[in-house]
Parts: sequence; structure tokens; C-alpha cells
Amino acid sequence: MTRPSTEREKGTSMTMTLDDLVEAGPEPAPSARPVKAGLLDPKQLLRSLPDALRKLDPRIMWRNPVMFIVEAGAVFTTVLAVVEPSLFAWLITVWLWLTVVFANLAEAVAEGRGKAQAAALRSAKRDTVAHLADGRDIPATELRQGDLVTVEAGQVIPGDGDVVEGIASVDESAITGESAPVIRESGGDRSAVTGGTTVLSDRIIVRITQRPGDSFVDRMIALVEGANRQKTPNEIALNILLAALTIIFLLAVVTLQPLAIYTKAYQAAAPDTTAIDGHGVTGVVLVSLLVCLIPTTIGALLSAIGIAGMDRLVQRNVLAMSGRAVEAAGDVNTLLLDKTGTITLGNRQAAEFVPVSGVDPKRLADAAQLASLADETPEGRSIVVLAKNEFGLRDREPGLLAGARWVPFTAQTRMSGVDLDGRTIRKGAAAAVLKWAGVRDAEIDEIVDRISSDGGTPLVVAENDQVLGVIDLKDVVKPGMRERFDEMRRMGIRTVMITGDNPRTAAAIAAEAGVDDFLAEATPEDKLALIRKEQAGGRLVAMTGDGTNDAPALAQADVGVAMNTGTSAAKEAGNMIDLDSDPTKLIEIVEIGKQLLITRGALTTFSIANDIAKYFAIIPAMFAAVYPGLDTLNVMRLHSPGSAILSAVVFNAIVIVFLIPLALRGVRYRPAAASRLLSRNLLIYGLGGVVTPFVGIKLIDLLIQLIPGI
Amino acid sequence: MTGWIAVLMLAAALVAVHRPFGDYMYRVVSGRDHNVVERGVYRLVGVDANAGQAWGVYARGVLAFSAVSILFLYAFLRLQDRLWLSLGLPAVEDHIAWNTAVSFVTNTNWQAYSGESTMGHLVQMAGLAVQNFVSAGVGIAVAVALVRGFAARRAETLGNFWVDLTRITLRILLPLSVVFAVVFMVGGVVQNLSAGVDVTTLTGGVQHITGGPVASQEAIKELGTNGGGFYNANSAHPFENPTAWTNWLQILLMLLIPFSLPRVFGRMVGQNRQGYAIAAVMALLALGSIALTVGFETHGAGTVPQAVGAAMEGKEARFGIPGSATFAAATTLTSTGAVNSFHDSYTALGGMMPMVNMMLGEVAPGGAGSGLYGMLILATITVFVAGLMVGRTPEYLGKRIRVREIQLASLYFLVTPLIVLGGTAAAFATGNDATALNTGPHGLSEVLYAFTSAGNNNGSAFAGITVDTPWWDVALGLAMLLGRFLPLILVLALAGSLAGQHSVPESEGTLPTHRPLFVGMVAGVTVVLVALTFLPALALGPLAEGLS
Repeated sequence: MTRPSTEREKGTSMTMTLDDLVEAGPEPAPSARPVKAGLLDPKQLLRSLPDALRKLDPRIMWRNPVMFIVEAGAVFTTVLAVVEPSLFAWLITVWLWLTVVFANLAEAVAEGRGKAQAAALRSAKRDTVAHLADGRDIPATELRQGDLVTVEAGQVIPGDGDVVEGIASVDESAITGESAPVIRESGGDRSAVTGGTTVLSDRIIVRITQRPGDSFVDRMIALVEGANRQKTPNEIALNILLAALTIIFLLAVVTLQPLAIYTKAYQAAAPDTTAIDGHGVTGVVLVSLLVCLIPTTIGALLSAIGIAGMDRLVQRNVLAMSGRAVEAAGDVNTLLLDKTGTITLGNRQAAEFVPVSGVDPKRLADAAQLASLADETPEGRSIVVLAKNEFGLRDREPGLLAGARWVPFTAQTRMSGVDLDGRTIRKGAAAAVLKWAGVRDAEIDEIVDRISSDGGTPLVVAENDQVLGVIDLKDVVKPGMRERFDEMRRMGIRTVMITGDNPRTAAAIAAEAGVDDFLAEATPEDKLALIRKEQAGGRLVAMTGDGTNDAPALAQADVGVAMNTGTSAAKEAGNMIDLDSDPTKLIEIVEIGKQLLITRGALTTFSIANDIAKYFAIIPAMFAAVYPGLDTLNVMRLHSPGSAILSAVVFNAIVIVFLIPLALRGVRYRPAAASRLLSRNLLIYGLGGVVTPFVGIKLIDLLIQLIPGI
Repeated sequence: MTGWIAVLMLAAALVAVHRPFGDYMYRVVSGRDHNVVERGVYRLVGVDANAGQAWGVYARGVLAFSAVSILFLYAFLRLQDRLWLSLGLPAVEDHIAWNTAVSFVTNTNWQAYSGESTMGHLVQMAGLAVQNFVSAGVGIAVAVALVRGFAARRAETLGNFWVDLTRITLRILLPLSVVFAVVFMVGGVVQNLSAGVDVTTLTGGVQHITGGPVASQEAIKELGTNGGGFYNANSAHPFENPTAWTNWLQILLMLLIPFSLPRVFGRMVGQNRQGYAIAAVMALLALGSIALTVGFETHGAGTVPQAVGAAMEGKEARFGIPGSATFAAATTLTSTGAVNSFHDSYTALGGMMPMVNMMLGEVAPGGAGSGLYGMLILATITVFVAGLMVGRTPEYLGKRIRVREIQLASLYFLVTPLIVLGGTAAAFATGNDATALNTGPHGLSEVLYAFTSAGNNNGSAFAGITVDTPWWDVALGLAMLLGRFLPLILVLALAGSLAGQHSVPESEGTLPTHRPLFVGMVAGVTVVLVALTFLPALALGPLAEGLS
């Protein structure tokens, strides 16, 4: 975790206590890129100040009822301070205004980080000219859905669409930040292109799929700026709870006044103080009490937490189309993961040559290598590599084998090979090769079965009419997957592997990777049915997908993450897009969703727990002059009624600033069972929330009592 | 010492009885058979006993039944002089009749009148006692409906109010009351229709001592957490509560149904441990409160108790300090409100405890039914905050606590402070505190206590304040009415919302709501919420007095 040293050096021991709390922020997940989130650069605060002041407009404040009450209170004390000026009244007034400004600052800082990103994106939205396929040139902004445009090397793609003709390498760094170009071609699952990206080579014809002004980049900008940020369901619910608490405290404070007047009249001989006189508790003190009691800490930071949560996703190159989806990610019960590319490395690797009895392994390797020399697939290359590693067979350049006739793989023949100097070698699916060779071999069947049931893919090699043996192509499970699935299990999330493999192979890989369940020979319909079944049991489902045939399932899933390399249909159907097209990202998304909720819950607990100490400061300060016995409650031994109330108000304000980094970064989340998370967070934020203000208020009081007249 | 033994015996009796009794209640509320009498009632009311009701219909049933009850009781009281067995007493004054009608229908049993000199035997038996049964029945029915909401899977209905009320009254409250009425008679509680006798007292004065159907009313008074006494002196009167063991039994009866309902809850949601957790929260708060009350009273702070050696003012010698303090705690921890000693005469902090008990929302264990639903609302709010802290949309018993649930739960816990603090402030702002016997902090306590008791439907009186003025009767009547029916509607709405939900299956990521940590958290949330809400008011009343 990186923190600016300037902050750590700000020194009283109270800041240390708070720092310890803040220190509990997240450590970046091992796979996550370094996160800029969480830093609180003083310069950033300063830059956001104008925005924070602009937000003082009551029409904007109204959206946050807790802070609106604080602002109304600040206006009220300002009036009182003007009418009846005193140092105490002015100090309270200033700190009440600062409380509001600090809250706005939290939001402005959170938004500020999105703005920088938006500016970068806007630069990608240059004015481009679209060359329509019919030869006309129009501004890109006038493109309609269905228009066909031609884009050539060096030109910027004018809008989102699908390639309908041609193939090209495209530089998508403007939106993904990734400089390596990607291939986009018509048909298949790599046909989607994004407006604002640049074609580096070749020429393609693109059918525009976006509505005018609603391009992917437009949506991204709106998203990172939080322009149309909707409050998420949990956030709304929490806001209601906070509003209810605010009303209760408002009630407690307002109804106190007749009681105070009665009390003061009864003890008429008691001296007037800054807090209470013949008219009851003074207005400034009543407002101070109210502001200290209502949950200002969480009220001030709530929207910053939400914005920062979305921002953390953007930092990881994930675009969530709604905050609702991010929250749902935290709730996910079942995670559907495609085997290929997510659980296993994308391609199978040759692991072993298994000859039939009587065949020299080296001969098998030699034949396999020859048959694979022209095979540019990763599988083919891995066979060549294995032959070299195991038997020292050198790579023969295909060009040197002049007389060779290469037989490419087709879906019909299901095998490939070479005809060379009278040798005809074929490798491929067992049934196809055996049929080609015209032999039946029980031994081969046995080897093939064994490899299949171990999760491998058997590739039979035959030369002329003799079957030499089998190549074992293994699916390689990505390193660290088992640990991640164990984590998931601890979080209460069930992982299901989806694969087109047969059940036996699937079972073997599932066991090796440590997933809870698998769906073998899965068709898109099977996938959709599985999601529906899980949802009918009340579970929330998350999945990733990229193909057009994934779209229905992506749309049905509660959290559907589409790969940016995927088709437009998939991207439309999902509610998140991963610009890195990394299917394991789903796991991080879940963690971010959880972190968002935990941060809200933790700060709510902290905020309410704070009130206990504030009562011990303010109640004796208000009434000890009337009933000296109540001074027993002044356990902090605060200097005077004025200093006690002022200290509570000051603490209440600066605790917001101290917690901004935590709100932006989120509370540390380590996958663990709910009960452990609860006891840990309750200890830090509940108990910490009770103790911290006792220390903080006392320390502030020690400083404030030096001010003459307080 | 004997005081603690009595408390331990109470705890032991409740531990022993709550399971079989809870199981019995569970069978009553979930059974589908109807006996002859019940079928007769359903025909009379015109209700299809097998038809379920959506929450709105259920709530309308509760409200309609209660409205008719209030009107009927009001008319009964106003016409008492023209009916039999009036003992020659006049019609009850309008404002007292209103206050009393509301009071008994809301299970409060606040008594702005003196029982033996205001109510004839017929009104006591056919008016007030009937409400003692059905008002408790309504409370239990609503609690059961809420639990059905938790237990249901995408259901539209919450059961049938008329069926619930009938079965609870006829199968639980009535038989138990008969049994315990006999037990009380054995213990010396009177049971007759005598108009009373005039006796010459030791000092030579003449005193009129009314007899009446006391024992039959006494059992349901405690069992249904009602608390309305036959006599003005309530359970301090030797005809209502003659001995130390009847006193102990009365405390047990108050706690019996409220402490057994969590078992019903556990059975209904199919996880007994969830019921135990709720019972544990109740027990934790109750034991803490009883210990503090008894502690403050036996310690006897204050000038007079120090001078005479014990805080015996306002307490009956036959119960002693622990027997009185335990009764005071139990009657306010539940929503009973019967008294066997005068809370006004307690030490300042000892007298604060009954108030705090009521301010907790009467959830430890609370009134018949109202205790369980109040506690489940608090558990829901705790689950919301705790659930966020484990990174999931909070869920309780498989039900997500979403916007609507939080809205309803928040409104629920807004109602009581609004009534209690609003009413107290209004009394002072309008000068109606002048009827309090005392001034200063003790006078403030007297006023605060009255609204706390009415708003929480407790009905116990601090005493020391004259409340039969029209202002007090109307204000407290409104406090009782709103304090009962607003929360009740919100609870039923919540039940409806929960019932319509899917149930989320439990996993490692689910917040466990049966472990000690959660039990402690619910208790903590309850205490902190109450402390934060009422501390300023308490500071000017009992705290100011007790800390001086």
C-alpha cells in the first residue's frame, strides 16, 4: 500500500489512532495492477475545493439529507452569531460550515479522479469524418445505425460497429490503455470495433451499431464522470436508515428545549452559561448537539464511497453499466466460468508421446513432429517443442522439405498431416485417424480412454497404415486457480466450470482446478438453463462471455461481464465490459462489490458508535451548571462547557477529512467467512468508533482550552 | 439473597417451560383443524377459515376489529349505570371512557381511574377482561404473521387474522387463564360478585372494601401482558396479590408468553437456533435490567432510604425490595404495566430503570406478540448494518433487507420516540406538567414516565401525577392509539414484503444470525439506539436526581 509520507507525518497521537483505522485499507489483490485509488494528495484536495464550494448550493445539498441538515444548522448559527456575536458562536459556526465543506470535498475528490479519466477519453473522441461505403463523406456525428463505412490503415474508426468485410489490426489503446494492436475481422467473435480506435493496417468495412451520441466512448465518459450516477439499492436503503436516525435525533434535540426551559426555571439560581440560560439551551448549542448526533461521518462520505467504488472498477479496466451491477457482484452466489481461457490456459499443450507396444517412442515423436511442422496452432507448436525437448529432434524448416504436401486440418476430416517421400503421416481425433488407417486397435482405444479420463485430449498418430501411438494434449490449469476457488468457497461462492468437453475430461479438469461443479458438453441453451435454475433457487449468478451465442446468458445473469474483444451483441447483453478481456477479472469484480458494501457498513457503524462519546462531552456541558451532579458524566474532564461542545464539533468535522482516504480506497477486504469478517470489522469500526472520539475530543479540548474566553 | 433465588427460579422455570409451551403455541398457530366452537365463530364473523389474507387484508382485519372494540367498550363504559352489576356506580366520564377504551384495546391498560370506585362488575368482566384476552390475541397474531413473512417463499398471504385471533384466544389464552385463575384463588385472590363490605379499621375509621371477580381477571392480566388491575392499587392490593408466591407467579405469567414466542418463531422458520438467539437477546437485556433495578433499590441511594436503612417507601412489606424491584422490572420489560409497588417512590436511578425498560421498545421480552415483532425489527436493522459489513446485501433468514424493508423498519422505530418525546415536550410546552405532584427532575420524570408508558403500550404508572384531566386523557389516549397501531401496520406491511420474496440459500458468505456475536450486537444496537434517543431527556430527570 502506498501512502504519501506527508500524511503519515501529521502528528498527534489522535491522527495515529485514525491512521490505524485508515491503515486497514485494502492491500492490492495480488493480480491487480497498482491502484491509484486511495491516495489523498493535499493538492488534490485543493483542486477539488472550488467544486466543494459549488456544492454548497442548497438545491444540490438537498440530495444528501444528513448534510443538508448540517448546512441548515450552519445557516441558523450564522444568523445567531451575527445577531449576538461571541467568539464561541463564531467558532462553532465556522466549524459547522467546515463540516459541510469537508463532506462536499470528499465527493468532489472522488469525482475529480473520474474527470481526469474522462478528459483522456474525450481526446479519443476527435472529430472524424466517416467514409460511407457508397462513397459519400459525412461527419461521424451524423452516422446512423446500419450505415456502412470504410476504414483504411491510419484512419480512426468513426463509430461503434461490427466488421462486415475484411480484416485489420486495430490500435485500441485509446480506450484500453493497451498498446499492442488487436486483430478485428468480419464474422466470428472478433468482429466488434469501437469508435475512436485506429486501424493500423488493411481496410475494413464496418456496419455502425451505435445510436448517434451514444457510443461506447460516450458512455464511458458519462460513467467515469459519474454524470448520471444512480444511487444503488443498498445505498438508497442506507440513506433511508440515516434519514430516520437524523429525524430521531432532530426530535430528541427539539423536544429537549421545553424540558430545558422547565429545568432552568426550576433551578433559577443556577448561573447562565454559554450553553443554557433562561430561554433554555442556546440555539448555537442545540445545533451543535444535533450536528454531533446525526450520522454526519457516513452521511458525508456515502456518495464518495459509491463513486470511488465505480472508480476502482475503472482502474481495473472494467466498465460497469450500472452501480446496481457492482452491488450485485458482491452478492453473487454462483460464478460460471468458461474453462478455456479462464480456468485453463487458452491452448492445450503436448505433454507426452504414448507409443503402442512395439513402436519406438522416438519414431512416434518423429512422425508427430513431421506432421506438425506446418501446424501453426499452439497445440501443433507444442508438439514440435515436446519432440525437441524429449528426443532432441531438431526443427526442420518446412521450406527445406521441398516435396512435402501439407494436409491442413478441416472440420470434416478432423485430422491433419503431411505426405513426404512416400510417408503419409496423419494426426487427429482417434476415430478419424483409425478410420483413415483402416485399423482397429484395442490398445489404442485403451490409451485414448485413459488420456481422456485424465482430462487430456488424445491425438492419434498414424503413418501409412500403421498406428504409431497417441499424443497426450493436456489442458493446463492456470497457476493459482485452486487457491482462488478456495477463497471463493470461503466467501460462500460456488464456482461452476463451463466446457464443451465431454463429461469425463471435464470432471478431471474440474477436480484439478478445484471448482465446485462443472457443466460439460455445454451448449448456450444449457448455460441459460443453468442460470435460470440457479436464480429460481434465489441465487445470484455471475458469468463472463464474449460470443454472440453467449448474449442470452449474459443478459440473464445478474452480473454479466462481456469481454471487450467480444461481439457487439455480447457487449450489449452484459452489464459490465472488461476492456482487458480477462475472464478471471470476475473474481476481482466480486471483491470490489463486497468492498463497497463493507466500507458503507463499517463507516455507518463507526459514525453511530462515535455518538456515545459526544454525549459524554455535550450533556454535562449543557446541564452541569443546572444540576452539578451531571458533571459526573464529564468523564473526559473537558475544560469548560464551551470547550467541550466546540471540541465535539471540531472532532465531528475533521474525522470526515481523516476518513476520506478510507472512503476512497475502501475497507480492506480479505476473502473470509461472514462471521470472521463481522467480528473483525465490528472490532475495528465498532469498538474503534466508541474509543476514538473519547481520545480525539480530549486532545482537541487540550488545544482549544488555550483559546482565551472559551 | 432470597431475591436472587426468586430471580433464578424465574429463569429456571422459563427455561424449562418455554420449549414445550412454545411448541404448543406453534401447533396452535400452524394447525389447520377447526373445532366446533371455532367453526361457529367463523360462521358468525362470516369468514372462510381456509382463505389466506394478503398483508393489507390482514391489517384491515386488525384495525376493523380494534375499532369496533374501542367503540363497543366506550359505549359500555358510558352506559354502565343502566346495566346490571354496576354497584350503583355512575356512567364513566367521556374523556375517561375514551382513554380507558383505547387503553384496554391497545393492550396498554393505562388506568386513569380508580378501578373499584369507577367500574362495576359487569364492565370489569364483559368489557375490560374481554379486551384483556383479545388485545393480547391481536398482538400474538401480528407477531405470527410477521414470522410467516420470514418463513414464506414467494407467498402472497400471511394467514387469516380471524382464524389466528380465534385460535390464540380459545386455545392458548382462555385455558391457561382458567387454570391460573384457580391457582390464584387457592393463593387467596378473591373471586365473587360482592358489592363489598364496610369494615371498621384499627384506627376507628370506616372503609368500604369491594369484592369482585378478581382472580379470573388476574390470570389474563399477567398472561396477556395487560396489567389493568381490578383495584386501583393493582398488584399491591392484598386481594389481587396476597402473598410472596402469588407475586412470583404473577411475574412468571407476565414473562411466559413473550419468552416462549421466540421458540414459536424458531419452529416456524425451521431453525430453532434462530429462536434461541432472539430469546438470548431478550434474556440478556432482561437480566441486565433486573440486576440494575434490584441493585439500585437494595443499595438505596437517597436521603430517606439512607436514614431509615432501606428504600421501602411505596413497597409492600410482604414482597420486600427484591420482590418489588423484580416485579417492576418485569412489568416494564414486558408490556404488562401491573404494579405491586410505586415506581414514583423508587430511588432516582431505580425509578429510571422501568422507564429505560419501556424505552427499549419493550422487547426484552416485551408484550404478548409485540415483544417478538419489536425484537425482530431491531434484529432486521442490526442485520442491515452488520450485513453490509460482511459485503453482501443484508439478509435475515434468507430474506434480503432491501429499500422497502428498511423503510418500514425505520418508520417503526421512529414512532415511539416521536410519541414519547413529542408528548413530553408538549406537556411542558402547554403547562400540563402542572398536575405532576413534584417539580424539578422528579416532576420531569413523572411526565416523561406517563408518555413513555402510554406510547409503548405499557400502562404502568409512575404515579404522583394526576392524569384524569381531559388534556391528559386525550393526549395519552392518542399516544396509546398511535403507539399501538402505527407500528402494527408497519409490521404487517413488512411481513407482506418479506413473504413475497425469494429466499436466498444460506452459504459461508451469509451473516450468521444465531451466534453469540450477533446476539450481542442486537442487544448493543438496542441499548445504543435507546440511549442516544432518550439520554438528553433522562439527563434532566432521573439522572439529574440520581447523580446529585
